[in-house]
Amino acid sequence: MRPIATTRMAAGIPTGRLAVWWVVASEIVIFGGLLVSYIMHRLARPEWGDHAANTNVWIGGFNTFVLLTSSLSAVLAHKAAVSGNGPKAAKLLYATFVGACTFVIVKAFEWSMEISHGYTISSNTFWSFYYTAAGLHALHVIAGAVIMLIVAQTAKRNLELHRVELIGIYWHFVDIVWIFLFPLLYIAK
Amino acid sequence: MAESIPADATHGHHDHHHTEPSFWSKYVFSTDHKMIAMQYMFTGMAMGLIGAFMAYAFRMQLAFPGISVPGYGTVNPGNYNALITNHGAIMIFWVAMPVLIAAFGNYLIPLMVGCDDMVFPKINRLSYQIFLLSAVVLIISLFVPGGGFGGAWTAYPPLSAKAEYSLTGAGSSIWLVAVALEFVAFLLGGINFVTTAMNSRAPGMKIFDIPIVVWTIVVASILFMASVGPLIAGAVMLFMDQRIGTAFFDPVKGGDPILWQHLFWFFGHPEVYVVLLPAMGITADIMCVFSRKKMFAYKTFLYTIFATGVLSFTVWAHHQFVAGIDPRMANIFTVTTLLISIPIAEMCFIYIATLYGGSIRLTTPMLWALAFVAEFLIGGVTGIFLGASGADIYFHDTYFVLAHFHYTFFPIAIIGTFAGFTYWFPKMFGKMMNETLGKIHFWGTIIPFNCIFIPLFMLGAAGQNRRLYSFQHYPELAGQGMQDLRIFATVSLLVMLAFQLVFFYNCFISWKKKQKDAGPNPWKANTLEWSAESPPPHGNWPELPTVYRGPYEYSVPGREEDYFPQNVPG
Amino acid sequence: MSEHAEHAEHEINYVKVWAILLGLLVVSILGPFLGIKAVTLITAFGIAIVKAYLVAKNFMHLNIEPRYAVYLLVTMLVFMFLLFAGSAPDIMKHEGRNWVKPIVHAEAQAPAHH
Repeated sequence: MRPIATTRMAAGIPTGRLAVWWVVASEIVIFGGLLVSYIMHRLARPEWGDHAANTNVWIGGFNTFVLLTSSLSAVLAHKAAVSGNGPKAAKLLYATFVGACTFVIVKAFEWSMEISHGYTISSNTFWSFYYTAAGLHALHVIAGAVIMLIVAQTAKRNLELHRVELIGIYWHFVDIVWIFLFPLLYIAK
Repeated sequence: MAESIPADATHGHHDHHHTEPSFWSKYVFSTDHKMIAMQYMFTGMAMGLIGAFMAYAFRMQLAFPGISVPGYGTVNPGNYNALITNHGAIMIFWVAMPVLIAAFGNYLIPLMVGCDDMVFPKINRLSYQIFLLSAVVLIISLFVPGGGFGGAWTAYPPLSAKAEYSLTGAGSSIWLVAVALEFVAFLLGGINFVTTAMNSRAPGMKIFDIPIVVWTIVVASILFMASVGPLIAGAVMLFMDQRIGTAFFDPVKGGDPILWQHLFWFFGHPEVYVVLLPAMGITADIMCVFSRKKMFAYKTFLYTIFATGVLSFTVWAHHQFVAGIDPRMANIFTVTTLLISIPIAEMCFIYIATLYGGSIRLTTPMLWALAFVAEFLIGGVTGIFLGASGADIYFHDTYFVLAHFHYTFFPIAIIGTFAGFTYWFPKMFGKMMNETLGKIHFWGTIIPFNCIFIPLFMLGAAGQNRRLYSFQHYPELAGQGMQDLRIFATVSLLVMLAFQLVFFYNCFISWKKKQKDAGPNPWKANTLEWSAESPPPHGNWPELPTVYRGPYEYSVPGREEDYFPQNVPG
Repeated sequence: MSEHAEHAEHEINYVKVWAILLGLLVVSILGPFLGIKAVTLITAFGIAIVKAYLVAKNFMHLNIEPRYAVYLLVTMLVFMFLLFAGSAPDIMKHEGRNWVKPIVHAEAQAPAHH
């Protein structure tokens, strides 16, 4: 039973979307704190370039491609939802979900390769930041994927279609974090 | 269109079919903001008792070193560190925040903006459940092998990162998990407070018609959400240093302990304004009601709230003046720290100007509100000494700091809470509290409070360091004169704790009264919550109110009544 | 559905934006191969900023949201810059007048690898 409070819009945006912007804002400072710490170290320690040389820019680039494409399917899902086509929105959300899974699987493969070469989280501080930042991001990918599934299940039946946009905004934020992680961890060598 | 994040089984419809809810759905699993507020209030107060017990134990040790504290046992250095660490952490994270923000915020925001609940009731319930879990985890951390974490609430590494230093390997990590869970709970809760206040206002309630207490709780939630991120990142890093051998903060392996300090205090300083602002908001509303006067300068007060919020992000390293930071940065932080005293002083001036010429009613809530300003002023003024980096070289880590922050935190967490609780008790329970008992409790708290902490200022100025379980090994601190001050402070604490029984007795007999003698508006106040029944039913009003004016229209010329509620047309 | 009436959707070609993003990705990967540090920095981080802007504008529709949403997010970024400015003098240095970070100092003095 939804309270009347949820339906009001004194601030000009529906409450769900307003809430998602606040979520994104608080996530910016969480990732921001971690990345500012990393950037301060990275700028001050040029010798980290040697450690960073061992990350694989092709795998990183592929994962960037996967996330960008999944953002495309997420926004197309939103377009479908806006026109009232729940089943199509759900299909596109499933495609985004597949993208998320691909990202995580590729990352798992990448990490096991790096660990088998001896680059573990406690090898040195560069690798600590590498695994922590990418790991925190991956956790957000997994959480987003799960929520996406739930939203898709209801959207399929043409219910709660506004949620497609909301999970989409979260997903685009996760994409943007990776857009910055990629050069920070893979290109800056 | 209706929105809420977790999937809802049924669509919204607005008449609530009353099948009588079970005990579990009414009291334990409720999504009603008022019940969730009560849950936060009682959990916060229960944790307050635990924090107070810890203070009792360590103050007994300081006054009578080496004796077995009744009800606790002997306090050795390890116990002492765990007691002070958890006293601090509990009072800030599990008492001040849940009571001032979550309890008052949950209770008041929907009522004061004129809607029927928070916008996301299920997320609201989830936030309380996570909060309760965090409290349970914290208590567990006290009883694991090795004992509770003893690295101070600031948890500086390497002490907090290495079990061979802290001697509390399990306790340290579980403590961190508890704090992290508490952060998640308040991030979730904050979304509700901010979104509800922004979006769900009653028709006619414009931006400057929002009561100050709603503004302060909302701004506090925003401050929290904007500042806690770096510490969450830092806590993850510290947890990994503790458990899996990373070296983010370990200088031996190339890490930097000062990084933790920056991440911690970047949050830690805004955090004190997170708890301060709601207390100031409660005080502001109470003062207007009991001086029958409109607030002296509502818009100015509002802008100073925003200014305080923004400035609070620019002062954090004043906690690190003697940690070895760049002295040029210390200069900058001195300037910003001294600057931030200006908006807060401004708010105190506005309080005084509001009272001036008012028809003052010295009810119990008003006494608490007045005491808040008086005591907080002492705290604030002593902060000026500490904010100057030169003076801080002497004062850092002495009891002067401790007395300063108790003269700020105690008004915030204790005085502010009692002010709000005694003021809104009639709304929450439909019954008036006993005024005589209220006043006895008031004086029995305020006088001993000063008797505890003024000696601590003196001890701090004389050079007594913090976080030491005994001063008997330091000849310059072990003199009888100083020990007398410690004993005096401890005895005052015992007196203050004893007087809290008066409060609990008052709560109990007032709650237990047969007659609901409060009525909807016993204080003759203007804000919307006073137009609902006492206590308000589920949904708050049968018909949601419309707003016609601001919240502080008291003693309006030409009106017979000296108040003009927001929802009365005309 | 009516909530989107106020949400005037410009006809953004999402696939075209995606194609631009992919093109930028390719440039950013190839940039370092030129070997010029300045170019690498611009292609890596300059392009990251552009990509983020494109996603924020076109996919998150921040250009048609009420302005305060943008102000909120930008304010968070400003706070992160504040954190950097306040901490960098301590974190980024490995020695001062009276102190040194031994491990970091040693690594910095080690002969350059590239």
